[in-house]
This record gives sequence, structure tokens and C-alpha cells, in this order.
Amino acid sequence: MTEGVAQAVLDLHAAAALVGAVGEAWWISLIKAFVIINLMMLVFSYLTLAERKVMGRMQLRYGPNRAGPYGVLQPFADLIKLLFKESFRPTDAVSFLYFLSPWIASFTALTTFSVIPWGPGWEIGGHTVTGYVADVPIALVFIFAIGSLGVYGFIVGGWSSDSKFSLLGSMRTCAQLVSYEVSLALSVLGVVLMAGSLSLPEIVAAQGRDIWYIIPQFVGFCVFFLAGLAETARAPFDLPEAEQELVAGYHTEYGGMRFGLFSLAEYINLITLSGLAITLFLGGWHGPEWFGGVSGPIWFLIKLCALLFIFIWIRTTVPRLRYDQLMRFGWKVLLPVAILNAVVTAILVVAI
Amino acid sequence: MPQPFSTLKGFGVTFKHIFKKPITLEYPEVKKTLYPRFRGRHMLHRHENGLEKCVGCSLCAAACPSDCIRVVAAENTAEDRVSAGERYARIYEINLSRCIFCGYCELACPFDAITLGNEYELSEYSRDDLIYTKDTLLEEPIKRSPIADRDLFDTPLPFYRTDS
Repeated sequence: MTEGVAQAVLDLHAAAALVGAVGEAWWISLIKAFVIINLMMLVFSYLTLAERKVMGRMQLRYGPNRAGPYGVLQPFADLIKLLFKESFRPTDAVSFLYFLSPWIASFTALTTFSVIPWGPGWEIGGHTVTGYVADVPIALVFIFAIGSLGVYGFIVGGWSSDSKFSLLGSMRTCAQLVSYEVSLALSVLGVVLMAGSLSLPEIVAAQGRDIWYIIPQFVGFCVFFLAGLAETARAPFDLPEAEQELVAGYHTEYGGMRFGLFSLAEYINLITLSGLAITLFLGGWHGPEWFGGVSGPIWFLIKLCALLFIFIWIRTTVPRLRYDQLMRFGWKVLLPVAILNAVVTAILVVAI
Repeated sequence: MPQPFSTLKGFGVTFKHIFKKPITLEYPEVKKTLYPRFRGRHMLHRHENGLEKCVGCSLCAAACPSDCIRVVAAENTAEDRVSAGERYARIYEINLSRCIFCGYCELACPFDAITLGNEYELSEYSRDDLIYTKDTLLEEPIKRSPIADRDLFDTPLPFYRTDS
């Protein structure tokens, strides 16, 4: 018994060494995790507002402007509305899974951001504070693994709610996410080959040393961006919900805050994907050299806002693809380009 | 324009629209002017001498396709003269939650006692409050919506306004 506990403690230490909390007190990581999760929530809530505002402006509307000055309290109004709605469930739903799946989706979405570096690290009051919550040496694999786990939330949610439309919606979602995940994972191979590491802080450091990878890896960036659009189910690949033409999709039978958790997962995935694009291709928290003096997190935030704006901009501009076009684009265009990009990069990296 | 450039042009169009002024009318503060013959909620009218025009003939109730008007007539007496005719409407109710604002009652009325006004903000918290009685219908409506200049639209003044 005692031996087992001791072994478990040893394993825990090994795991702690693996996630690289070395040189940093555990409670600092805890505080950072708490702060980051809450910041993510804040960014998420204001992303919904910004999306509605920017889309409204592009369509010659105002967007929400009633709750508070310029509508700044709208996210909170929405949250309160969702929380106070009735938590119903279909009579024949598999209740445990039905309740669990929104949590799977939002939990996995929130977890992935923990490995994304947003600052160079500081020395505060004799304590080392790193610019990320956890430094996993295989951070990229970790992100894709957790991202694939998130798909379970969608599949199980659609299946357990005992509705054929939900089931069809979850099939649609899962087919799309699975097929685009391949291109997404392959498109980052070029970056991994150039940096020679799977660890995100090291990739950022490598970009700080020579060049932002968007320039040598422009094709990879394009594939990553398009596959990411499909992976987070954003327009023009938003077939999982396609609110104008289909029943909502896997979350048809969900209401109140459970539905809110699904939409939270979707938006947080979008933020994480933007963070990943920044980390891999846009120099992470590094600013341009001629523009010194601004600290890392600020640069990270500026780049994040710019990318999120581009996502919203695409949503207003481009019409939705048909499902067969989506599949054809994923398998016949993105995947070959991603493979070609990886192969060419590998040859060039070896050659130079 | 070939395909990738036309898509890029589309991005330019959406971006330019951010800087244009929205065309939204912010409704409760800004109201669109109504056309003079807009059919809002009903009004009952009186003659200039104060007598009601309605004689309780129930033709409006008969003409109503959604059956939302209820009229109960009573005889006028010498000491209690309400309308100009032989009888008057003792009860006159319109259930506005059923009314479809078609204006047939207006057409059916032989004395132009009922017309459709311009008021359209009729929300209530209770369904019972949507049943308008004679008192409310006879009152001068609180003018809440701006009405476009009648001269701009070639709409002749209705009979009940010119001739009483």
C-alpha cells in the first residue's frame, strides 16, 4: 500500500519534470493557470461581442449597443440569460453522457492554451516566472492530441441526445474535423523541421533568432490557416452548425448554459488556434526589431486581435462551402499541398 | 475578374463598409414616419356635438374575418342619449390579439364610426390588456408615431374628417 503511494508520488514528480515546471514554484504555475483561464474567458466573451460588432459594421448595422455604453456589457447579459434558462434534456437522452459532453468540449478547449507561450519569462521577487503555464517538450503533439479528444465532446453530445438531427450533425462535424486535422498537423511539419523542436517556447526562440516562419513557410501558413478555419468550424467551413440552412448540428438538443459551453469551446478553440498560428508562424511574443521596448504579452495580444479580426472578416465576406466541396478541398487540395510543403522543407533543411 | 482576385475584391468591399455610416434606425428613439393611411389600432369617433357615431349595428363584427369585435347594442332614451341613431353600442370591445388590421370594419361601417388609426405599439404584459373597450377606443390616442405629411402622398382626407 505505502509502496504504491510512494510510487505514485514518484510518478507525479516525473510528470512534473516532464511538463517542465522546473525552476518554477508550483504555486506560481497554479496562479498563472488561474489567471490565464480567466483571461481566456474574458477574451472569449469580448470576442463574441467584437464579432457581432464588426460583422454588424460590415453589414451597415450597429451590432449590440444597448447593454451598457456601446454594448460593452452584452457578454454578461448573454451569460446571465444562458445561466437562468431552464436546463432541460430530452426524455430518452443518455443522461450522463449528455451532461458530460459539453464539459469535455470546453475542458479540452481550455487545456490546449496552457502550452502556448505568451512572454519571455520574468524574474519577480526572486521567483522565476515563465511566459507559459506548462512547457511540454512535445507541445505540438499535445495540442493535436487534446484537440482530437475535443471531438469526442461533439460526437458524444450529438449521439447521446437521442435525436437523429443531432446524430447527423455530429457525424458531419466529426467527419469535417477529422479530415482537416490531417492537413493541420501536416502543415506545421515544416515549422518543426526548421526549428528542430516540438516545444513551442523553443520554436518562438528560434524565430526570435532568425526570421518569422511566415516568410519561409508561407505555404504552410496558408494551409494551417485554412485547415484551422475548418477545424474550428468557422465560416466558410461552418457546416457543423450552418445556422441559415440546417438544424443546428450536434448541439440541437442543448439549451441554456450547456449550449453556451459548446459555443465557448468553439470560440476558445478559435483563440487557441490563433495563438498557435502566432507561435508557429508569426514570431510568437516577439515584436519587430525596429519597434523595441514593448513587452512580449502586448505583442502577443496585438497579433491575437489582428488574427481574430481576420477570422471575423472572412466570416462576413466568404459564402459557405457545400459539403462535397469542403471534403474535396480538404483531401484534394490542402492535404497534397501540406505534404508537398513538408517534403520540400525537409529537403531544403537538409540541403542548406 | 479571375477567381482569386474577385474574392480579394470582396474582402476589400467588406472592409470598406466598416467606415460607412450604418443605415440602422435605432427604433425606440428614432421612428420611421408612417404613411398617412397606415392601418394601426382602431378608433371610435364622435360627432361634433359629442354624440357617438356608432349606432351599434354590428356590421363591423359581421365583416370582421378574425371575429375580434364584440358589440352589444342598447336603445337610446330621451334622458340617456349616447348616439345620434336609434340605438348605441352599450359594449364595444375589440380583441387586438386577434385583429389582423385588415380594415374591413372601417369599410363596413355605414356611419364611419370606426377607423383604423396610426398607433402600432400595442405590446402588453397580459393578454387581457389587449381587449380594448369603448372608453379606450373613444379616447384621443396618445400620438407616439410620426406620420408623414399628408400632402406629400396623394391621399384625400377621409370622409369622416371632412364631413360630420
